[in-house]
Amino acid sequence: MEKLIDKQRVVQHMNGRLLRNNVLKFLFFLATLFGLIVLVVLLYRIFTQAIGWLNIDFLNNFPSRRPENAGIKAGLVGSLWLMVIVAPVSLILGVGTAIYLEEYAKKNRFTDFIQTNISNLAGVPSIVFGLLGLTLFVRELNLGRSVLAAGLTMSLLVLPVIVVAAQEAIRAVPNQLREASYGMGATKWQTIYGIVLPAAIPGILTGSILALSRAIGETAPLVVLGIPTFLAYLPRGIFDTFTVMPMQIYNWTSRPQADFQNVAAAGIVVLLVVLIFMNSIAIFIRNKFQKRY
Amino acid sequence: MAMTDGNRSYSVRDMIKENKKKQNGQQFVEWLMPKFLLLTAIISILTTIGILFTLLFETFIFFERVSIVEFLTSKEWLPWDEKTGSFGVAPLVTGTLLTTAIAMVVAIPIGLASAIYLSEYASEKARKVLKPILEVLAGIPTIVYGFFALTFVTPLLQKVIPNLGIFNALSPGIVMGIMIIPMVASLSEDAMSSVPNSIREGALGLGSTKLEVALKVVLPAATSGIAASFMLAISRAVGETMIVAVAGGSSPVFTFDVTKSIQTLTAYIVQVTTGDAGYGTTVYYSIYAVGMTLFVFTLAMNLLAQYISRRFREEY
Repeated sequence: MEKLIDKQRVVQHMNGRLLRNNVLKFLFFLATLFGLIVLVVLLYRIFTQAIGWLNIDFLNNFPSRRPENAGIKAGLVGSLWLMVIVAPVSLILGVGTAIYLEEYAKKNRFTDFIQTNISNLAGVPSIVFGLLGLTLFVRELNLGRSVLAAGLTMSLLVLPVIVVAAQEAIRAVPNQLREASYGMGATKWQTIYGIVLPAAIPGILTGSILALSRAIGETAPLVVLGIPTFLAYLPRGIFDTFTVMPMQIYNWTSRPQADFQNVAAAGIVVLLVVLIFMNSIAIFIRNKFQKRY
Repeated sequence: MAMTDGNRSYSVRDMIKENKKKQNGQQFVEWLMPKFLLLTAIISILTTIGILFTLLFETFIFFERVSIVEFLTSKEWLPWDEKTGSFGVAPLVTGTLLTTAIAMVVAIPIGLASAIYLSEYASEKARKVLKPILEVLAGIPTIVYGFFALTFVTPLLQKVIPNLGIFNALSPGIVMGIMIIPMVASLSEDAMSSVPNSIREGALGLGSTKLEVALKVVLPAATSGIAASFMLAISRAVGETMIVAVAGGSSPVFTFDVTKSIQTLTAYIVQVTTGDAGYGTTVYYSIYAVGMTLFVFTLAMNLLAQYISRRFREEY
């Protein structure tokens, strides 16, 4: 009688399968490490290029035709000015939309439409927002290449990200809290303002800071708006022209002189430091204040 | 009747009056807030309408000067000469598709492999370390990637491919792929993690190895989510601007040669807007036609991704 189970064959076959498992497991692991390796190479390259160029003068100088005199002051201050518009506008619009969708909106087609619209907006390339800003803010509303025009464009760009983050944070607030508040006689807005928002604020802030750091690193829409890169003065108000760090870096990167590459690297280091700072605040808020219900 | 409270005394009528006043204020707030919040929600719709109208109107003006047939069929994009210029979008589209294809060749295998590792093999501890690192990769501004492509990846590739130009499709394509890895990895991982454990355990119980579980059980079950992540990755690569603008060059030629300088849809818009194309020239309006092409393409990809993940989702 033929053996139903041939132990020899099973062992042989099994070894092959286990070997394949281990080999591919290793390959999958390498693929995951790949990202980490690239990150290390990228940072190492940029820091070594930047090292001789990064000093107090670099932070204090305006752009210059000579690489040794070039500095990022205009860009650094400009990026902060940009935040003066983007932070309040995108937060009010984003959190307002999220509260409306989560607390007030009825489940109907209109609500679905807003929701679908927001997720589609999130997928629109940033350069298209630049075209919108160029036509609407720079030309039609005649704001020129000002902090305000750029800020409003960027606010619309990061709006979907903030809405989604705020919606998730508001949704995570358990219903018992709302019901307890109603039970105490509070009205709907009192409940939202006094109970839901305070509970959701860590989540909202974490998501919003990440969205704002995206706005700080974004270049394409500002190129389309025509934000200048060569500015030897700082903006005094929201109607002044200005420049931002990524624009300066773009300008330096596309110059032929090799020294400007190092200046660009130094600019990138400053930009990354600002982003790391913002991200650490976000992580700090998340770890410190986020409650689990 | 009056109640005394220390020196002050209230009549009930006053109290009712005061209460009513307060309530009126409150009712006003209760009435106002939903309207105000609805208004903020409508801004997002207005943004979409604004984008559509801007692109449509300006593209319309462009097509009054250049025939739509020429735009869609001509293989030459020579916008700078007002008289003899030619506006065939094909070279920009092939440039875009070329860099996107290269990016996908990098991002899809590596992203998917990372997703399989994170979801099927990695311990909870390893996942907690590796995922945030991938997220850092996704958070680096694209201009930094552009700089990296131009000053590091291109010279590196030139050592292997000697006839590679300073500007080419290959280097920005690869770097774009690296930028998109985290997106593919995390979306695919989400899809794979939502496959219930009982199915995995069933397959393991029948004697499968982990690899067989991952490839023959989890992957098929998560196909819709994974396919959707690919669509979103393509859309992202098509719309990516700074990497290709910095490292891809500005030569709109109809070619599939990855070593040559090319120009993508996005890079063309950048080239025109950084230069001094006067307002009202045909070149100025051409960026809206190009933007429209870009918008339609990415929107189609995003809608396709939504459709796939809704239509083909396996429910457990």
